[in-house]
This record gives sequence, structure tokens and C-alpha cells, in this order.
Amino acid sequence: MAMKIGVEEFKERVGKGINDSFMRGAVAGAQDSMGTRRLSAAEELGNWEDWRSHGEEIRKHVLENLDYYLEQLSDNVAKRGGHVFFASTAEEANDYIRGVVASKNAKKVVKAKSMVTEEIHLNSCLELAGCEVIETDLGEYILQIDDHDPPSHIVVPALHKNKEQIRDVFTDKLGYQKTSKPEELAGHARETLRQDFLTADIGITGCNFAVAETGSFSLVTNEGNADLVTSLPKTQITVMGMERLVPTFEEMEVLVSLLTRSAVGQKLTSYITVLTGPREELDVDGPEEFHLVIVDNGRSKILGTEFQSVLQCIRCAACINVCPVYRHVGGHSYGSIYSGPIGAVLSPLLGGYEDYKELPYASTLCGACTEVCPVKIPLHELLHKHRQEIVEKEGKAPISEKLAMKAFGLGAASPALYKIGSKLAPAAMNPFTNGDKISNGPGPLKAWTEIREFPAPNKERFRDWFNNREKGGNQS
Amino acid sequence: MKVSLFATCLVDMFQSDVGKATVELLERLGCEIDFPESQVCCGQPAYNSGYVKESKEAMKKMIDAFASAEYVVSPSGSCAYMFHEYPHIFKGDPVWETKAKRLAEKTYELTQFIVEVLKVEDVGARFEGRATYHTSCHMTRLLGVNKAPMTLLSNVKGLEFTQLPGKEQCCGFGGTFSVKMAQISEQMVDEKVQHVEETQADYLIGADAGCLMNIGGRIDRKGKPIRVLHIAEVLNSR
Repeated sequence: MAMKIGVEEFKERVGKGINDSFMRGAVAGAQDSMGTRRLSAAEELGNWEDWRSHGEEIRKHVLENLDYYLEQLSDNVAKRGGHVFFASTAEEANDYIRGVVASKNAKKVVKAKSMVTEEIHLNSCLELAGCEVIETDLGEYILQIDDHDPPSHIVVPALHKNKEQIRDVFTDKLGYQKTSKPEELAGHARETLRQDFLTADIGITGCNFAVAETGSFSLVTNEGNADLVTSLPKTQITVMGMERLVPTFEEMEVLVSLLTRSAVGQKLTSYITVLTGPREELDVDGPEEFHLVIVDNGRSKILGTEFQSVLQCIRCAACINVCPVYRHVGGHSYGSIYSGPIGAVLSPLLGGYEDYKELPYASTLCGACTEVCPVKIPLHELLHKHRQEIVEKEGKAPISEKLAMKAFGLGAASPALYKIGSKLAPAAMNPFTNGDKISNGPGPLKAWTEIREFPAPNKERFRDWFNNREKGGNQS
Repeated sequence: MKVSLFATCLVDMFQSDVGKATVELLERLGCEIDFPESQVCCGQPAYNSGYVKESKEAMKKMIDAFASAEYVVSPSGSCAYMFHEYPHIFKGDPVWETKAKRLAEKTYELTQFIVEVLKVEDVGARFEGRATYHTSCHMTRLLGVNKAPMTLLSNVKGLEFTQLPGKEQCCGFGGTFSVKMAQISEQMVDEKVQHVEETQADYLIGADAGCLMNIGGRIDRKGKPIRVLHIAEVLNSR
């Protein structure tokens, strides 16, 4: 439940998104440019489909042997002197981390970008405990100083803001006086953040991939902030979703190649940071103390179900970047820190249908998400599975829809009823028909005809024409 | 060659001209057309809304209706794709899975059938005008038919063709999505119409009745001077 953002209803959120022209301009522009870059990065690799299959195989293998690899990872972290904590829930994860913070009497925490810590709302938990928490990924930093605006994209969290809006946030909150040039804005953030890196007591990161064989953790960034977060503070805490691991560095290489290409169309990001346990005797930097927090928070319940493949996700956001629905409504409309197609599949699983029952329907099932997923998650099929669950098991579908579908079941399944129904349709629709179209339809047609014309049923159905013709009637 | 026509409910009830054009086109190419009378809807509207149980009844009727067909051809990529989904939907069913597989194996979308089975790339059509083409999502991504319509259109004499910007983007139809998520659907179809306008085409051609009904309905409401045509109507023009 923790990943929920805002309290508004789905329709209100969508309405807000649609009317936010700044956000829509930013999202459409980003989708177009990232989409082009992703395509060329994938093509450049040559055999992209083979890479996807390989990626899928690796992720499937890990999920099928998750207990084995989690144990191996934990053992290897412990061997190197790290502490491992397995958190069943968001609360357990937060309590443990708060405990570490308290034991170090820490006043300042610097963080590298992490979706799982957004999911468990770690920041607010630590802030309540009196600790200053500073996001050091530029996008997250912008959102944090803008009164904790939630992320709208899993890779580019501040995607919904353009550079002028970012300048305004900097001016309001930081007294910034320069222009909206990205270099100047980034320069200002860098200057401010440098002091924070140097004075932080604890560094907290997420984890792109944990390597079970060595007990290492990789972080993929373009800003290098993860390097500083993991090397300057004395205590380091890595928080990972329990499925985010690979057997060895060999598999990590495959997945990182898929990730950077799919996420931002880069062959490689500027930094791939790998951290293995606390500082050793001859190391010149690195934390003195290392903690690993493995977060379940609903994931193990997905294992073994028809939704298991969603855990293959490597959080690249390629599905978000091609989604035509996301394009028009933006990330906040999803009401979850996980937005777009992956969010529409994952949020109801982790957060429940009560809060997220609309999300599986916020898709035309166009399949663009499934087509780009680098680890072949059948996203549109999983959205469909959710709909089936909602209708059949949860009973959460509206009554009018249930009745209509029941009628469909009867009508469409009976050739006789279907024939009579289609024959009577022109007469039934006659009061609403104007020439060859219906502009003001009844019932479910109302929403359609509010913005479009609906064709009036043909007086002579195709089948009548065909049959007449067979009998030697009209020959057109 | 004997072809059983899977007309689709939209064509049967609302777009009979598309059905007529399909029949005439296939006959000209030497096919003998049969229209199994007991065909109903393929079940997709209910299935995609999550009503799997209800939709299966319609699917069984369709499997029976086309049981003796040699080839099943449909002027709709999305509906033809639905037949290809049947084996997956009936997976594990001792009776219906095999039957569903048999149906899927002999089902083709119209342009796919002309190019892949009849091995015809030029149907001898003539159509004067500037046109663009909407590639429907289910037909391209799920059924995997990309080239056939382009191949056939490129051989239509008199046709001036312009590529549609953002052609891979969904038009916002999505069956019940168009009414369930009406406000989002409106944004999507508006962007599609805007792209069609950018091409300055007089005609928008497509191979899927659902998408065409959506885009065409919006174009009509906005009073834009663009005509929407099914690819069968263009290929049947002389």
C-alpha cells in the first residue's frame, strides 16, 4: 500500500493529467526522443531479439531459483562482514533502517535513486525520526525540494517538469538566481550536494542487480552520485527488492546491456558502480559498515502465480516510454510510484485492487509494452489477467457492465439470437439515427458519441446482401 | 480456392460495403466465397474486458461455424488475431483446444491471405487520390502482419501514398476502452487525427473496422474533409 501517491480518485487524477499541458509536452517529447534512441541502440546490437530471449531466460531462471540465490547472496554478504536483514513488509524494512540510523546517531543521510525506497516511503519515515534525508540523483533532488513531489517515471522521476519549472523550484526553494539552462541548474545542484556528501553519516542506495556469487551490488547511473553515496559516508545501507539479483557478473553484463539500451538508448551509462561489502584493510575509501535490506513487501505472494513474470522486470521503463496512455495522462495519474504498463500490472499486485482497480483498464491492450520489454514480460496479457481477476474473483466490475456482458454471452453465443438482434438493430437505433450516423447514442454509446459519430446499423446487413446474391438476387 | 468469410460483427452490421468489397475482391482473384450463416461475434469485446467465461460461449460457436472451412479470411486484423488466440484461451481443454488450433491454423487476415496464400502482390486496382495508412496494433504486433497491406497498396495505380507520422501508436479504440476510459481515448484519437491531417491526405486507409470506426467517427464529428476507407474498398476499386 505504501507506494500510493495522493488521495484523489482515478478520474480526477487523469483529468488533471490531461489538462496539464506542460507535463504533456514534456512527456510526449521525452517519449519521442527516448523511443528513437532506444530503437537505434537496440538495432546497433544486431541480434536484439536474441538478447531479449537471453535476458528473459536469466530472469526466469533466477525467479525459479530465488531461494537458492538469495541464500547465496546473504552468505556472501555476511562473509565479507556485511549485515543482512530480510524484511517481509515495508514497516519491517523501515524499522530496521531507522534502527541503524539511531544506533549511529545519524543526523544526515544521502541517497542514490531507488524505487524500492520510494515504494516503502523510507524518506518520510526517517524524517519523522529527525534525520535529514537528501536525494542526490538530480531528478529525485528536484522533486524532493519541490515539497516532495512524487516521481512520475521510474527512470526519469521529474519527467513531468520542464526546465523553466525546475528553475522556478530552484528559485523558490534554494534562492537560485541563474537561468533555466540545464548546465547551470545541474551546476547549482552539484555545488549544494557536494557538501552533503561530505557531511553525511549514512549512505542509502537501491540496487539494480545484486550478484549472488560475490555478494556485490551494481548501481547504474549517469551522474556518478552513487559512487559518492557508497564511498564517503561511514555506514552504507543497500535496499533491494527481493527479486533483483543475478547469479554471476556474466548475467549482470547481459542485463545491464539490455537495461541501459532500453531505458535511455545508451550503450552504457556514464557510471556502473559496483559495491562489495564494507571497506577492507587496504581500501582507500568505502563504508566501514554495510547493511543489506532485502524487501519482500508482497513480492513472494506473486511467485508461483500467473503474474510471476512481472518480477522479471529490470525497471528500464521502456514500456512507459512507448505507452500511448501514459503519453496523455502522465505518471501521477496512476496514483502509484510505479506508473505506465509495468505500474498498472505491479501496483494492484503490491497495493491491492481497492486502490488500483482502474489501472488494468487504463490500456487499449495495444501490445506496445510487450513488444519493447527487454526481458519479455507479456505486459498486455498480464493487464488482461488482472481484468479477469477483477471480474471473476474480485467481483469488482460495475453491475451495468456485468449485465451487458451477460447479454453479450447469450446474444453472441446464439446464432439465432445474434441474427435477430442484428436484424432489429436498425429499428431499435432509429430514434437515435440521423442519416447514416448516430450522434447522440443511448447507454454505453453515450460516452462514444460524446466525441465521435457512431455508424447507424446498415438496413441491409452484409449477410442479407450475401444471401440475396447467392439466390441470384442483387448483383452489385 | 474455397474461402469461408469471417465477416466480423462490425462489418456485418455497420459496414456492409467492406464485406461486399472483400467478397468481390476475392472472387476476382479466383476464390469461391462461402459465408457460414451461424457465425456470430468472435468474443473479443467481452474477453478483453475480463469476461472470459461469457466470451468462451461465442468462441465455441465460431469454432463450430468454421469447422469445415478450408481457409478462413477476415477483413479485420484484430478479429483474425482473436481466432489465433483461441488455442491459448482453450489451453488444457480436452475438446476445444484441438479444434481451436485447427481454426487458428487456417485463419488469415485479408491482405495476409492475398499475399501469403494467393501469392498475389498486385490485385490490379486503380484508385486516384492522396492517401495515408493506419497500421492497427493487433494486426501488426499480435498477428504480425506488417508488410502485406503495404505491398498491395504500393501496387495500386493512381494512389499517392504518404506515411502516417506516429503510425505505430494506438488510435485509442481498444474496444470497451473507448467508452470506459473515454477521456483518455479522446486524447489518443485526437492525436491520431492530427497526424492524419499533417499528411494532407484525402483518404485514410486501414485494415481494421474497429480502428476505422474510431478514427472515422472522430474525423466526421470534427468535420474534417478526410474520407476513411477500408483497404478492401481500395483494392476493389477499378
